[in-house]
Amino acid sequence: MSLLDASATQLLQQLAAAEITAVEVTQAYLDQITRHDATVRSFLSVPADEALAQAAAVDARRGRGERLGPLAGLPVAVKDNLCTTGWATSCGSRMLENFRSPYDATVIARLKAADAVLIGKTNLDEFAMGGSTENSAFFPTTNPWDASRTPGGSSGGSAACVAASMAPLSIGSDTGGSIRQPAGFCGVTGLKPTYGRVSRYGLVAFASSLDQVGPLARTAEDAALLLQTIAGHDPLDSTSAPVDLPDYVGTVREPLAGLRLGLVREHFGPGLDDEVEQAVRQAIREFESLGATVTEISLPHSQYAIATYYVIAPSEASSNLARYDGVHYGYRTDETEMLAELAAEKKQLQAAGDQAGLDDLDTPLMRLYRRSRSEAFGSEVKRRIMLGAYALSAGYKDAYYVKALKVRRLIRGDYDAAFQDVDLIVGPTAPTAAFGLGDMVDDPLAMYLQDLYTVSANLAGIAGMSIPCGMTAGGLPIGLHLQAPPFAEDRLLRAGHMFQQATDWHTRRPELTTASPSGTSQKQLP
Amino acid sequence: MTNTAYETIIGLEVHVQLQTETKLFCRCSTSFGAAPNTQTCPVCIGLPGSLPVMNRHAYALGLKTAVALNCTIPEFTKWDRKQYFYPDLPKGYQISQFDLPMSEHGWLEISDPKGEFATKKVGITRAHLEDDAGKSMHDERAGKSDSRIDLNRTGTPLLEIVSDPDLRSPAEARAFLSELKLLLTYLGVSDCNMQEGSLRVDANINLHIPLDDRTAATPIVEIKNMNSFRAVERALQYEANRQFDAWQSNPVELGKPGGHKTTRGWDDQAQITRIQRQKEESSDYRYFPDPDLLPVTTTAAEVAAVRGQLGALPAALRVTLIEKYKIDEYDAHVLVNQGQPLVDYFEALAAACGDGKRASNWVQQDVLRLLNETETTIEQFPVSAAALGELLKAIVAGEVDNTRAKDVLQEMLDTNASAADAMAQLGIEKVDSSDLESLCRELLDANPAVVADLKQGKMKAVGALIGQAKKKNPNVNPGQIKSLCIELVQQLPS
Ligand SMILES: [Zn+2]
Repeated sequence: MSLLDASATQLLQQLAAAEITAVEVTQAYLDQITRHDATVRSFLSVPADEALAQAAAVDARRGRGERLGPLAGLPVAVKDNLCTTGWATSCGSRMLENFRSPYDATVIARLKAADAVLIGKTNLDEFAMGGSTENSAFFPTTNPWDASRTPGGSSGGSAACVAASMAPLSIGSDTGGSIRQPAGFCGVTGLKPTYGRVSRYGLVAFASSLDQVGPLARTAEDAALLLQTIAGHDPLDSTSAPVDLPDYVGTVREPLAGLRLGLVREHFGPGLDDEVEQAVRQAIREFESLGATVTEISLPHSQYAIATYYVIAPSEASSNLARYDGVHYGYRTDETEMLAELAAEKKQLQAAGDQAGLDDLDTPLMRLYRRSRSEAFGSEVKRRIMLGAYALSAGYKDAYYVKALKVRRLIRGDYDAAFQDVDLIVGPTAPTAAFGLGDMVDDPLAMYLQDLYTVSANLAGIAGMSIPCGMTAGGLPIGLHLQAPPFAEDRLLRAGHMFQQATDWHTRRPELTTASPSGTSQKQLP
Repeated sequence: MTNTAYETIIGLEVHVQLQTETKLFCRCSTSFGAAPNTQTCPVCIGLPGSLPVMNRHAYALGLKTAVALNCTIPEFTKWDRKQYFYPDLPKGYQISQFDLPMSEHGWLEISDPKGEFATKKVGITRAHLEDDAGKSMHDERAGKSDSRIDLNRTGTPLLEIVSDPDLRSPAEARAFLSELKLLLTYLGVSDCNMQEGSLRVDANINLHIPLDDRTAATPIVEIKNMNSFRAVERALQYEANRQFDAWQSNPVELGKPGGHKTTRGWDDQAQITRIQRQKEESSDYRYFPDPDLLPVTTTAAEVAAVRGQLGALPAALRVTLIEKYKIDEYDAHVLVNQGQPLVDYFEALAAACGDGKRASNWVQQDVLRLLNETETTIEQFPVSAAALGELLKAIVAGEVDNTRAKDVLQEMLDTNASAADAMAQLGIEKVDSSDLESLCRELLDANPAVVADLKQGKMKAVGALIGQAKKKNPNVNPGQIKSLCIELVQQLPS
């Protein structure tokens, strides 16, 4: 088995047995990046020399018989919204294009402490806002299975690089489905932990009450490995839960006896693609054949989840992104040009004798804010800032934000009731398989519906995972969505592993081309 | 000044920096005066990805203050983001408390021993915690306007204390601030240094003007930029007069067209308030609960424990001193307003000499004077209460008179001697009563004119004899000389 085909768990065993070196593993993945990332474009930065140096250091320490961390020598790719010292942390935005964080996110610090080799920062929708990675200010990532399609988003780079064997493991973040939907589109395993399970310290905030960092991997077993390292209480994050960390790695291979699956009635309605539905139903039958029982359940408030999400997430985003004002760090407009512009406007207003216009004219500071933010934020980010500022403004707050909080509690209540009777909730990750690049750029509302099945888990703060469960006739992966009660990630991982022992969807690999990404492959109707 | 033409309505907003080692949501130092932007970290300068963690000590200080202000402490309080753009606010929002503050509905009693206003309880609307902004320094050189920002202060814990509009004069407002500052000092929660900005005051003022059939209210004005309590009093006086003049020339009422709230800044040089330009849209702070922080819960038992540990607070302490040491209200104010250490000294002194009134007079007249002259604090005063108590006991025993006792105190200060040793060094000893009588007879014989005056009831004439007596024997007690001479004159045949 080549280094690129091996699972992270296998690589780790071989590394520990000194059958391979960290440098060999890292070089193999770097080579794969060199061969294929011109097409896939999953990485924003690949500091190859540093990665190799890190790998060499691990090999040297292993050679001296030193005690090494649990991910020693294993390459891990990281979404570019996690603060990483020494490297750029751009969030896929012009605003932070040249930003260098002086500190490491807790997740990064834990990866470093585990002796993982950080191989690169992956592409994302700007500030994690989007479902296709097309909102990256730099370039869109393509789906390794079909370069004319999106990898999903916002963790599109993290999903694509694992699918394309450019990293055995990657880190993503999930605010409304941003790990699970791209995992589904790219045919990898992606887990969104319970809110509070993984520290958010150093994760550049999109919507603070919804954001959660999680692993993407080829298998549930590999996801367990990565989650084990990044999860756990962090005193630097007040919302991080002081809950004991289970032994994910030690328990992931234990099958779940008497597993009770709940099938959400509302998730099999209009909008769900036939092929996706068939694959999901087949996967459920597979679980039944493994001893699971399936009951139909209802999440009655899930019909309001998208609306609720698109009030709460933008409200928080509008506040979280206020700090990008061109004053302290990040992008700042050209001040000379700005002052000239203001002077010209002033002159014009004076000439016209427009006193009201002169009174309303921006101060230089106000214009600095206005221009810096207008120039550096993309349109989706602006759209959400405006939505959120509106939803929080006096006179509208009760009708939007406050009401959304109430619905959010009802959605959580639905889950609490459902988990009285079932262990896991099962359904499709997304309504369709990967859609084409550009298909939805002019239709933000259609894009928002991508989150139909995933946002509720964020609103309720519960755990969710997507695993590959089939392929469309056109050769695109289909994701199965499993949801678990708070802090039952171990249950998700065990169910995932159980399924992956019985199926081989997770072993499928795309045939990568080195051709230009611009449309040779045909489009498939969702 | 009381103007019957209107009633002045004043409410105050006081921001107090709490005396913590570290900031409210990070672990940077809060000390004042460091080089700009050296006491900062990713959290307080709002770097991407950073998160706040509440400083429990700051919360405890806020709670202590709120309890001392007789506030109700809800079981549940939360943090809200108050959003606005300004360069000294790097996150784009302040972490504050909006609809569920940590305390509300308290009161603080103010009184004036001079009787300028009646004792009253001023309502405390609420007291809540928030993080401070940084400092902007505007530098205008060579026609180029440049601003510099120091973020050392950013994130320092502030307690915002809002009073009800219960104050009825600038003097009451000043008394409220003095009493509040005193309370905070007794609690040890803030150094209340207005120059360093650890106590900041904004005032809201308008007038209620009685008309024939109703009372009209003038538009509320918020006054900012007041750097001392004196400035607050003056600004309020100026503003009351200004509003009344404005009313007389153009009666605009609160809430009517043109009657919206405005903000004015106090110009201490010119001694006037000036209107501050404010854009209307800036008033929507889009408050919402900060999702990065957990709500804080406080149990009734915790509140009771805080209340039990408050110690003696100024208002109660004054009552205690008046009752226990038989001093009057004015004296109690002077002593308590000097702070706890001076009160401790006074109490020890009163206990040592067994005379509260005398101890109070000595502390106020002599100890405070000496502290002023030497620019020291009572903690540094070299004469202990016990040592001074010995001196006061000697006065009571007639061993030394009050005037000479001041020399003894100076001697004690200069030579570090005990009262007895200092008196010996100054040659002070008790004069025998027969010696005293012969001295008096000697003086009366030598001053027939004084005797004549005394016989005519001009008792002040005896003063001349006291001076002469002290020259002959510095140890004589002037009071004794006075009474004995008068007694002897009265015994003479008329
Ligand atoms: Zn700090």
